[in-house]
Amino acid sequence: MRRYIVRQLVQLVVVILGISILAFAILHVLGDPVLLLLPQNAGKEEFERYRHLLGLDRPLYVQYWKFLSRAALGDFGKSWYADTPAFTLVLERMPPTIYLTFAGLAVGLLIALPLGIFAALKRNSWLDSLCTVVAVAGQAAPIFWLGIMLIIVFAVRLKVLPASGYGSWRNFLMPAFCLGAALAPITMRLVRSGVIEVMNMEFIKTARAKGLAEPTVVVKHAFRNACIPVITVLGLQFGQLLGGAIITETVFAWPGVATLTVESIRNQDFPVVQCAVILLALLIVGVNLIVDLIVGFIDPRIRAA
Amino acid sequence: MKAVSSPTKMELVEVGHSRVDAPDFGRATLRRLARLRWGLAAAGILLLVVATSAFAPWIAPHDPLAVDIRHRLSPPQWMEGGSPEHLLGTDQVGRDLLARMMYGGRVSLVVGVGAVLISATIGVLLGLGAGYFGGSTDWTIMTGINVMLTFPFVLLALAVIAVLGPSLTNMIIVLGVAGWPIYARVIRAETMAIFERDFVLAGRALGMSHVRIVFRQIVPNLVSVIVVIATLQVAQVIILESFLSFLGLGIQPPTPAWGNMLGEGRLYMLNSWWIATFPGLAIFLTTLVINLIGNALRDWLDPHLKL
Repeated sequence: MRRYIVRQLVQLVVVILGISILAFAILHVLGDPVLLLLPQNAGKEEFERYRHLLGLDRPLYVQYWKFLSRAALGDFGKSWYADTPAFTLVLERMPPTIYLTFAGLAVGLLIALPLGIFAALKRNSWLDSLCTVVAVAGQAAPIFWLGIMLIIVFAVRLKVLPASGYGSWRNFLMPAFCLGAALAPITMRLVRSGVIEVMNMEFIKTARAKGLAEPTVVVKHAFRNACIPVITVLGLQFGQLLGGAIITETVFAWPGVATLTVESIRNQDFPVVQCAVILLALLIVGVNLIVDLIVGFIDPRIRAA
Repeated sequence: MKAVSSPTKMELVEVGHSRVDAPDFGRATLRRLARLRWGLAAAGILLLVVATSAFAPWIAPHDPLAVDIRHRLSPPQWMEGGSPEHLLGTDQVGRDLLARMMYGGRVSLVVGVGAVLISATIGVLLGLGAGYFGGSTDWTIMTGINVMLTFPFVLLALAVIAVLGPSLTNMIIVLGVAGWPIYARVIRAETMAIFERDFVLAGRALGMSHVRIVFRQIVPNLVSVIVVIATLQVAQVIILESFLSFLGLGIQPPTPAWGNMLGEGRLYMLNSWWIATFPGLAIFLTTLVINLIGNALRDWLDPHLKL
């Protein structure tokens, strides 16, 4: 187990370094910060002076090292727009994003688990086919469009839910459903195939032969084992889930990191963009690590692989 | 992306059990045929979408940029107050929605296909390299794949577009360059599996060059895998492109794109639901049929593939 944890940690560090390089390169290699900062009609000397002032005339690896060592201490520089440290700005907006992600996860599981298990147990029934159809359709529906349709129906027509905002549980319903609906199809199919696979195993036959009641067999023996691939994939999907949260936030004007990032992109406020990108990536990598450890703990076969 | 109930290990198990429950085998075959039929129907619809977009200049009922203030925000024809001239109604400045949707399809399809061509090329080459050479090449490429897959694709695309500025070309490049890991991961695993096969060993024993082994012996075995992933990815790219345009970071108005029409329509959804609804339906329908085609292709070409 210890070797497994160490290996996971090394991988984590490498991935974080990779992401920091990516975040750095987006601004410094693809673009030129001075060009973004100064007005277009600024003179050549002005550009040079600023370039020197910001240390942009030094070799890229020196700049990257400076960026990295500061970022490690939580210093991403001041926002070019709001004159507050980027780190503080992003951190303030983190909780709503995390709440939304987990609410979406909960809704997704609430839809996917019962349907997936049921579809697996009643394989090839009309319900199974219906689930397949809904899953195919669900995967094709763009989240942002689904969100707008929900707003038109529930906020504009029926006037039962607020179209945007943050604060009460009623604000959570539509965004969480939207995100959950995006997560549900893939999870449902995984649960279905996981349960089908497990139900064909010898230990299920043993459990049945022992004379256990069918619900006990399904819940205690089949479902627990089917959980392993589901947890793994949910962990891997966390990045996509967060990506979905980003899209959902922009539709419902949710005051999270994503809305901040999009605003900052519009304002060309790059310290905030870089900071948000790196913190979100850290969150994803952290969750992936925890999931790997949990799965490695539950299932010894994975540790060895 | 995982596709719906692929006939994978599970269904092979089913076939193995066919002695116990015999009807299952017949049904599985029927289901496969049924899915292929769905794929054909989907291909028909996609062809229609492609044709209306391609021939938009000749068949569109109006100029997509023609402003008609007298008929602004007019609802679809069949609704009360709808104008007979505008089948799906008009937007905030009276432009015909149907015409704009026909033209908008061009953007989505061009970006979808263009980006997929780029990412498939990069991804396949890197996947081949990682799978064929192994060792430190593999480690480096795998790390790259992990970094890219950890990162929400949306966020990356947003950040890069923000620096490069929005345009059709930039969008194709960004979505193309960011999309390679999914190909690389699958191709790497497939290459490793094929590398073990006897004909590759024979080729090596005969002294074939690496290039010849890779492109003459391995790549032909990967064509169906690549086609299936690429098809499914076109749908993903179309959704992303429309999201970027929806945010105003993609195709810039007044050029019609499904995404920016949806984004503009959002501002008017209080009274004019149709502006946001129809472009969204177009995105939904297009990605749906592409996914169905992808699934059918997978069943037809390569039943073992688990995506």
